[in-house]
Amino acid sequence: MTKNNNSKNPLHGLWALTNRDLKKWYKNPVILLLGIIQPIIWMGLLGKAMNLGAIFTSNSISLPQINPPLLPEQQIQIGQWLSSVATGAMKSTFGTADYFSYMAVGMMSFVVMFTAMFSGMSMVFDRRLGFLNKVLSTPVARGSILMAKIFSAVIRALVQATIVLGIAYMLGLSVGADFTPLNLIGVYAALFLISMGLSSIFILIAIRSTRQETQMAVVNLLNLPLMFASNALFPAKLMPEWLQTITKINPVTYATDATRQLILYTIDMHQLAIDFLFLGAFAVIFSTIGIVLSWRFLSK
Amino acid sequence: MAGDALIVSGLTKVFNKNLVAVDHVDFTVKEGEIFGFLGPNGAGKTTTINMLITVLRPTDGSAVVCGHDIVKDASGVRDCIGVVPQEYTADEDLTGYENVILCADLYGIPRNESKKRAEELLELVELIKFKDKQVATYSGGMRRRLELACGLINRPHVFFLDEPTLGLDVQTRAATWNYIKLLKKEYGMTIFMTTHYLEEADMLCDRIAIIDYGKIITMGTPNDLKEGLGGDIMTLSIQDSEEDISDLIKEVPRVKEVKKQEGAYRIKVIDGEETAPIIIDAVRAGGHKVTRLSLTKPTLDEVYLEYTGRSIREEEESREGFRAQRIAMRKARGERTRGGH
Repeated sequence: MTKNNNSKNPLHGLWALTNRDLKKWYKNPVILLLGIIQPIIWMGLLGKAMNLGAIFTSNSISLPQINPPLLPEQQIQIGQWLSSVATGAMKSTFGTADYFSYMAVGMMSFVVMFTAMFSGMSMVFDRRLGFLNKVLSTPVARGSILMAKIFSAVIRALVQATIVLGIAYMLGLSVGADFTPLNLIGVYAALFLISMGLSSIFILIAIRSTRQETQMAVVNLLNLPLMFASNALFPAKLMPEWLQTITKINPVTYATDATRQLILYTIDMHQLAIDFLFLGAFAVIFSTIGIVLSWRFLSK
Repeated sequence: MAGDALIVSGLTKVFNKNLVAVDHVDFTVKEGEIFGFLGPNGAGKTTTINMLITVLRPTDGSAVVCGHDIVKDASGVRDCIGVVPQEYTADEDLTGYENVILCADLYGIPRNESKKRAEELLELVELIKFKDKQVATYSGGMRRRLELACGLINRPHVFFLDEPTLGLDVQTRAATWNYIKLLKKEYGMTIFMTTHYLEEADMLCDRIAIIDYGKIITMGTPNDLKEGLGGDIMTLSIQDSEEDISDLIKEVPRVKEVKKQEGAYRIKVIDGEETAPIIIDAVRAGGHKVTRLSLTKPTLDEVYLEYTGRSIREEEESREGFRAQRIAMRKARGERTRGGH
């Protein structure tokens, strides 16, 4: 009656569980909207308001009066000179002449980071509602239970990042001269790796938790440091030494750098390789830890 | 081993090193039997079930479910069992049908087969009309039936039901009982269930174990347990009840025990119908007048009272310490703490 010992796919249930989480999300457009509204506000307000390039235009700086007074054509020359200094300063600081593009790409890391951070919450809910116990009583591989959570978070993150990129483009993101649509493959690869690593961490934190308050506290504690101690909004090289050290172990830095190189900059192959190496190691290490620990800790 | 669907020996679960939830429990359940765990909330019923369905690891002892050890061959166990948990675990955002298919996928049942079974089972639990409605719109009874359908999707050998009628109204409860009886009759399924409703245990179970504070206190068929009390219960009141006439009643042959409770005498007698007139005569001869008399065949409540020293109904609202233990246990199990149920 119950001879199910035929060749059963060891990954059975993985997609079913992933799809369950995704369905809850795409069947509910409000959640989807709320997920991307914050990065859009950031882009719109911070990205557009911090019009750093405009600081150095001749219109915004009244030139000091000197003797003899400058001739009108000299004023124009100085104005041009100033704005080329500004562009140069922007370029050397942000790698691109406009701050909006710089931070809009950072926002892709931001939305991926946020989605991953909240991925632990659904684990907590599944445990509290008894769903997890029901799943644990079925022959689904324990690792699949965890991987389903990770994959659904990754897919959500990538879809939201795509929407953010699309909106950023509409708001005036200017891609680099070397950009080709093929670069997007690299962008997705980088975002895939970081969301996989980050959601593994946050799901691991949630693996035995029954309190969403704890999850919220952890997310609140980590989201600002992860974002500001990275190059998502501001270049790390201008930060104090100690902060730079933190940015160097912050995976958000590497994901942002990789996506910026692929979208905005002229690619530095050496740096890009380091980015991907770091992100790859980050994703593999934490998802492996997740699978190993799920064997031990999903059931008590 | 043949003939035993469940062999449990010395099964123990200790939470946080000091909270003993299940304390060396031994029992066997025969093929095709409905076996019930009866006990108050916090007695260790759910913890026992969670160990048997491989969700919790036992601290000590072992159990074999349809030939598979729950620790050494957990996946063997998982293949042959179906579970209906205490909570409503169906996903509210999905439809009833999608939920059943999800369960099928968790067992790795191929899609063409699972579609067929889902239709069959939803038909069985009379949800076929609502199969494409979101579960959020279902009533409590419908959700419980949906849980039954999900639990049956892999055609389990042993079916675990944790408080199957908790929180249901009277009609829905009766309907649920019918489904459970049907499963036994039609499929010869072995069923292990927990309950704290006496009438439920009495009505459904072939055998019952009464469990309290993690220990099995007594075990047997409902009838055996009742007869094990050794007689019927007679309650008798007399006019002018200043004087204690317990000793007078005790002298009547076949009276086993007399207790005076709130002005009435609770008398345990053998062959109540025949002994009652003799008792009345004896009371009269002692110069007292009988004002009230009732005779009841023992119910499981009496059995429960006899073995635990308290009535199962009373304890729902009383006993602070007991309540605290219950909450501690739920916490340890990692569930939501609910005040009462």
